[in-house]
Order: sequence, then structure tokens, then C-alpha cells
Amino acid sequence: MGKYFDMLAEDIRLREGLKACMNCGVCTAVCPAAEFYNYDPRQIVDIVQTRDDDEIERLLKSDTIWYCGECMSCRPRCPRGNTPGYVIQALRALSQKLGFFVESEKGRQQLALKRLIGDNILATGYCLTPRNIRPELHPEQGTVWEWIYAHDEDVYGRFSNSYLREGAGALRRIDDESMGEIHRIFEVSGGKAFYDAIEQHSERKAREMGYDGATEEYMMETYTFNSENHY
Amino acid sequence: MRRASWQEYQKDIASDKYYYARSCIRQNFFPGSERAFLDILHNDLGIDVFDDPLHTSCTGIGYHSDVVPLETIMTVVARQFALMAEAGYENFISSCITSFGIYNEILATWEEFPETEERTRRYLREATGRELVKPRSIAHTSDIIFHHREAIARRAKRRLVNVHTGEPLRVVEHIGCHYAKIFPKSGIGGSEFPYVLAGMIESWGGEVVDYPERRHCCGFGFRNYLVQANRGSSIANSHKKLESMAPYKPDFIVANCPGCTMFLDKWQYAIAEMEGTTYGADGRGIPVLTYEEMAGLVLGYDPWELGMQMHQVDVEPLLDKLGVEYDREAKYLGAGGKYIGKPADVAVNCESERRIYEIKR
Repeated sequence: MGKYFDMLAEDIRLREGLKACMNCGVCTAVCPAAEFYNYDPRQIVDIVQTRDDDEIERLLKSDTIWYCGECMSCRPRCPRGNTPGYVIQALRALSQKLGFFVESEKGRQQLALKRLIGDNILATGYCLTPRNIRPELHPEQGTVWEWIYAHDEDVYGRFSNSYLREGAGALRRIDDESMGEIHRIFEVSGGKAFYDAIEQHSERKAREMGYDGATEEYMMETYTFNSENHY
Repeated sequence: MRRASWQEYQKDIASDKYYYARSCIRQNFFPGSERAFLDILHNDLGIDVFDDPLHTSCTGIGYHSDVVPLETIMTVVARQFALMAEAGYENFISSCITSFGIYNEILATWEEFPETEERTRRYLREATGRELVKPRSIAHTSDIIFHHREAIARRAKRRLVNVHTGEPLRVVEHIGCHYAKIFPKSGIGGSEFPYVLAGMIESWGGEVVDYPERRHCCGFGFRNYLVQANRGSSIANSHKKLESMAPYKPDFIVANCPGCTMFLDKWQYAIAEMEGTTYGADGRGIPVLTYEEMAGLVLGYDPWELGMQMHQVDVEPLLDKLGVEYDREAKYLGAGGKYIGKPADVAVNCESERRIYEIKR
């Protein structure tokens, strides 16, 4: 009893985010995710503070911990100074370290986030860049984005002399030395190993699900599939 | 009592010599706003702000999508601070609200858990050879415009007033969640009564609209938007806000967060296309502005030089109310005045042939 809680407590966000919850439910009342998902942050915090290994393992393997949008609207409202959003961050980090995230539909999406956002950081130095916001993946970005995407150098050239080139300005190309520093930071601080763990666990699960590994097809399935069982 | 509540949450904002950190989302969607921020400070106010080509993303979208670990983002942030000190600055200003929340969170974590600061210093040295020097002050760029709002008002070419009626324009202000919900003391007015945008609106002659869902999240929710399968959650939250504000008939929305500004614009388009509902005048959309676009219009900047052609909801009805003269034909020109076509018309655009079914007014 308490093995998983002890692992969670190694994360300072758990220590900062959970003192003692009295189950008042204010976090759930104000939560934008609880408004539209079958989601109750009060219940999650309560399960974690029971320190029950079976219950916490169920959480780590569930869709439930992946509904939160990390807006942190819960943080200023809690009368006991807890932050359910921090508890969620600690649960998600542990779920990925242990490979439990691949056991849920929403958890498996971490592969798409790692490849679409995470890999872009190491490729460009930015979380997102115009050329990786492909209109076919983003129909909600509308006709203006289709126009920007098709004419990016002309559109951004109006506001920046260094679009995709070195120098100061919006969407400048980041120099090789700085990119080298970012890569080394990811290596020494565990970021690269964390990325690798997401890939490895996804590879195992993809094969279990009948894919030929964590292929582009599997990644796109995690990115687009919605079982409609979340509301 | 309520009107003064914001005054309980004040913070020291430096007046000059800023180190500027750009935003991933704003570079993509509002590059004109980032340029306008620098132009307003440099050219209009004569303030020193350094645009450093060496800094990178803070990796915040990756962090809040839970793929970048805390130890990694701490070290990337430490590198930004090291670059600031090496450039001879100590007032760090962030164009992004996600980053602003992260900088505050990491500085607070280093205070409360000193072992995390020691570990970060070690990682930074090992990875880059650089030394962490903590900033003297941290501010969001909306704090900076707020701080200089009266100086901007003194140079104003126009006020936020409808030139046809003489009435103040009605403005919905939307504050990004990570501006003050994580650390209320880090934002002007705290998380309950944020005044950073309301202060600009009042100083420049507009009227702030209060409405029930004023403090509700725009719905971005990181993974709730970034993964296509989850976007129903994101649009549903913006829908809730738009439904709540529509009866108050705002002339425009202004936001201080990169994501919020984009989502409140793009989700209006998506709702119009999906459900045939629009929320603005004449059956079109409500224009959504950044605070630099609002300041730029007040100072007399050209709307297309501010980048307002990159919005999906047309801003022309607002420009007409403000009495802004603009060249309709120049709107979608590329660099050097090159003609590069224009986006296809949709229901939230002014000149569209397409009509909607239900106007929420």
C-alpha cells in the first residue's frame, strides 16, 4: 500500500499540489474539462490521497487523467491551497514513466503530442511553426490559414526580415549552436529519455493492437480516433 | 468596493531596459503584434527592448502537453535567463502567457525547493557552459503596455469611441488563464479582478463589458486542442463564452494570451460553419484583437501593417466604427506589395455571399 503514492510524491508538483483535500468540489465546479467530459478532479485528488495502489494504478491506466486542460483554474479557488492540475501533471508523468498511458485511448495520444510538438522543438527550437500546422489536420483554422500556409514567405515577409533565416525577428531560424544547446539540455535533463520512453511503450502497444509498430498510421489513429465514450 | 479590488494586486513593473522573449503561437498567428510591440516601445516611447535571436521556445506547450519533463523545461528557462544576463539585461518580459506562467512557476519552485535550482544550475552548466542569473523582474508584455498606457493615451490618434455615435466602444476583455490563475500576485488585479486589459480599455476611452463567463477558460486546454480527436472540448468552451457575451453586444474582444486570441477568432468561424450561428454585427463575427493591435489602432498604425488580415473574422466593421482609414485592396498583399490572392470567403467575413441561419444578438 502506498507504492505509487510514494512514486508520485517524488514529483514536487504532487507535494505542492496536494496537502489535504476536504472534498468540497470547488475545483470540479470551476473546471472547464468537467463541464464537457465525464471528469471530476475532486474525485481524482481524493483517490490519490487514499494512497491505495490498486485505485491509483486504475487511474494511471485510465482516460480520466487525460481530460484536464491544465488551465489551472482550480488553483486559485481551492480553499485548502491544493492544485488538482499539479496532481494531474504528476499522475501523467508517472503514467508515462511506467508505460501505463498506452492502456487508454486518451493516454495513447501522447505519441501524437510527442511527435507533433516534442519533435518539432528539437527540429526547430519552437513548439510550432507554420509549416507543421498543416491545413488538412487543422480545418478549424479556416480559409485564412489555408492562404497563409500557401503563401507563408510572402505573408510573414511583411512582418519579419528573418523568416526561416538567422537573425532577430519572428520565426527566425535558430542558429546551430543554440540548437545544439537545446539538444544537450534534453539529453542531460531527461527530456530525451522521456521522449524515448513514449516511443518504446507506444511501439509495444501498437504491435499488441495489430499495427506494424508505432507507425505513422498508428500515430494518426491516436490523433484522430474518438470513441465518443467520454461524456 | 469591487471596482477597487484590482488595486490589492499590484506588482512592480520595470519602466525600461527589457529583454524580450517571443512566443511560439504569436509568431505564427500574430507576427504583426510582436513587431508592433517592439515598434511602440522603440519608436513611440523611446524605450530600450532587446530582441535576442539566441533564445528558443520555452517548450511550454510541450510541458503542458506532458511530453517535456519539468527538469527539462527548468533548464531551458535557465538558459533564457542566462542569455538575458549575458546581454546585459535584468528585466525579462515574455510575449506568451503560457511562458509567463512557467517563468513564475519555475522561479517560485526554485525558491521553495532549492535543490531544484541547484540541479538546474548543474544541468545548464553541463549542457551549455552558461550560468543561471535570475531576473530582477518578470512581466508579461501586456503588463508593459498597461504600464505605459497613459503615455500611449497622450500620443493617441484616436480613442476607442464609435465615431458615428460618439459612444464608447463596448469591449470584452479576455485574460489568459496562466496570466494570474497560477500566481495571482504576479498579475495586475490578481485572478479575480484582472485589470491589465481593462486598464488599457478605460485609459483609451472604451467601455469594459462584464458578462457571466468572463473568467472562463477559452478552451485551449493544450492536448484538448492539439490532438484533433479532442477538439470538441476546446470549441465547446469557447462556445460557452461566446453565448454568454453575445447578449451584451460587444464591438470587439481583446485578449492578452496568444492561444485565446486565436481560438476566440477561429472557433467563431468553426461554429458558423458547423451550426450556422454567428455572434457579431450584421450576422458576421465579433473581431478579436491582441492588445498590441488595440494599442496600434489607437496610435494610428495601419491595420494591415499590424497583421489584422491574418484574422479569420474580418475587422473592417470595427475599423469603420473607429474611423480608421484603410486601403481595402491592400489587405491581403504580401511582402513588397506582391499580389498573392486572398482567402476564400466564409460566413464570418463581411463581403461573403454566404448567409448564416441564426444571429446571436
